[in-house]
Amino acid sequence: MTAPPVLRAGRIRQALLFTASAVLLALAIFAAISLGAKDLTVSTVWSAVFHYDRSLMTHQIIHELRLPRVLGAAVIGAALAVAGSLIQGITRNPLGDTGVLGINAGAMFVVAVSFAFFPNLPYGTLIVLSFLGALMSTLLVFGLGASAPGGLTPMRLTVSGAVTAALLGSMTSGIAIYFDLSQDLAFWYAGGVAGIKWSQLEILAPILLMVIAWSMGLARSISLISMGDEVALNLGLNLRRIRLLGLLTVVVLAGLSVSAAGAIGFVGLVIPHIARKLIGVDYRQIVPLSALLGAVLLVLADLGARMANPPEELAIGIMVSFIGVPFFLFLARKERRDL
Amino acid sequence: MSRSLGTGDTRTTKAWLVCLVLAGISFVVIVLGLNTGTIRIPPLRVLDTLFGGGSGRDHIVLFEYRLPRIVVTVLAGAGLGAAGAVMQGLSRNALADPGVLGLHAGAALGLVMFVSFFRDLDGSAAVLIPLFTFAGGVIAAVLIVLLSYSRNRGIVPVRLILSGIGVASGLSAITLYWSLRLDEDTYAFTARWLAGSVWGRDWIHAAALLPWIVIVLPYVLSQTRSLNNLSLGDETAAGIGTSVKRQRLLLLGAAVALSSASVSMAGGIGFIGLIAPHLARRLVGPMYQHLLPVACLVGVVILVTADTIGRSVFQPNAIPAGVVVAVVGAPYFLFLLSRTK
Repeated sequence: MTAPPVLRAGRIRQALLFTASAVLLALAIFAAISLGAKDLTVSTVWSAVFHYDRSLMTHQIIHELRLPRVLGAAVIGAALAVAGSLIQGITRNPLGDTGVLGINAGAMFVVAVSFAFFPNLPYGTLIVLSFLGALMSTLLVFGLGASAPGGLTPMRLTVSGAVTAALLGSMTSGIAIYFDLSQDLAFWYAGGVAGIKWSQLEILAPILLMVIAWSMGLARSISLISMGDEVALNLGLNLRRIRLLGLLTVVVLAGLSVSAAGAIGFVGLVIPHIARKLIGVDYRQIVPLSALLGAVLLVLADLGARMANPPEELAIGIMVSFIGVPFFLFLARKERRDL
Repeated sequence: MSRSLGTGDTRTTKAWLVCLVLAGISFVVIVLGLNTGTIRIPPLRVLDTLFGGGSGRDHIVLFEYRLPRIVVTVLAGAGLGAAGAVMQGLSRNALADPGVLGLHAGAALGLVMFVSFFRDLDGSAAVLIPLFTFAGGVIAAVLIVLLSYSRNRGIVPVRLILSGIGVASGLSAITLYWSLRLDEDTYAFTARWLAGSVWGRDWIHAAALLPWIVIVLPYVLSQTRSLNNLSLGDETAAGIGTSVKRQRLLLLGAAVALSSASVSMAGGIGFIGLIAPHLARRLVGPMYQHLLPVACLVGVVILVTADTIGRSVFQPNAIPAGVVVAVVGAPYFLFLLSRTK
């Protein structure tokens, strides 16, 4: 069966968008590897990546410092953006985001607790713990929202998320102050991929990439949910099951990202919006495009944070906030419904 | 107005009773706060010292260390309670709170600017701190009002909350940016302040806060009639003869002044402005002439208790009062949220 011309034009547009985003990501990664305190030439970067020579200093800089950092930024950016797009689809809330909804705060709280009481935990354990923290706050926020008379309205979800985030954030800073961790935690709070090492990336990247791939599988059902409960029910979808699976996916993505890079807000809010504007309402396209664009944003934000005021680094979360907050306010201003 | 309904007199009597009881509780927690610390002074000796007796050491501990801090805590508690009550009346939203709405984020920015320019927090420059936090609070308020204003509908309540969340995040990012550039000691101070630590402990700090509360609080208390009218809704209020826009602006300014000045000395404490009016409403009903004084007293009780607990239970590293309040207050807020329609 041949597709009607309109659809075919849409396909070409989609293919172009995906190609363009992939090229953009490749360029951003390449720029981020070669620019920095020591600018490196294209050929050096190329040979360092593909013919690594341990005896050369430039190769070492690229291989041990820049490469894990840039790849980490890409994977985490993708994960945050996908988490945001899933949340927005499931809750039908255009302002949904793992930071706004307090999911990141749960992961941060648990990480702060383990910094305070078990400072030498291996990274693998920290990942599991921060996942549990994210799970805890998610259950809290969604449970409270759903138990209220009138059910889980987007407004209630946003407010209970913001309050939960405030509570957990406050307890996190209480712990930080009591155990004199303030400055350690502050830099990590602010969010950053500077400290990512190969040993972390080896655990983090495969899991995140697998979960992102799994999210793309969920995307069809999420599209149906985003059209409204009735549509989804008429098509025989198990709403409860899809919502639960989607939330669990979000929790894994957010928990892992926070354990590696601290709380980086607004990537999950901004990117899915841009993706939706570019490619339409189908989550089968929104999710992968969000992944690519999220990776681009975080790689560039990290590069910007390094380049803004060398040799000092700006916290990456600040960089992303400066882009994300005006956008959030713009969206809030356009909000016509009484949520 | 409530008098004509017939229940007014009983309500007023009840409000007086509640105020008396709360004043008694405030007195008890203040005396307990005065007697707690590394040097414990028995409550009776506290009273004795206050009225001129006591040893020289008690005198110094009490008058030089404990009393100024308690004065700051009492003033800030009353200011935060009143600010929250006013904000809730203005926005007709029982979940409004200066902290939730992002005013504290503005005040925090003001404080960080202050510590970047004047490193000395105990000198006479301390008098300027409330001015800086007020300026920050005003910036946040102006931004939020502009963003939530609609030409046809005035301030749209849902936008008010959403822009509050957004503005708070944006200002916090700027605050974080500035505070990471501070030296270690100043940074540690800022971190504690942000968590809501009552740090004002000299008479100069009490003196810096006093005029703000003493001037603005009576003004707000004199405006209970407009608050009653405004909380009925814009149209009704205009029908009764309130100039809605002007009153709202003046009262918003007063709320910003009260909360910004209070947090300047007591740190970025959220939730008092939310909980105190709520408890007050449960105790004495929605009329502002009753609600407002009760909210002030509840604010005093909460803040003094939280500060005393934070100081005494968690020795030697005191936990900021704001953390104590959030740990108790946020669950209460979530509980309210899960029950309101």
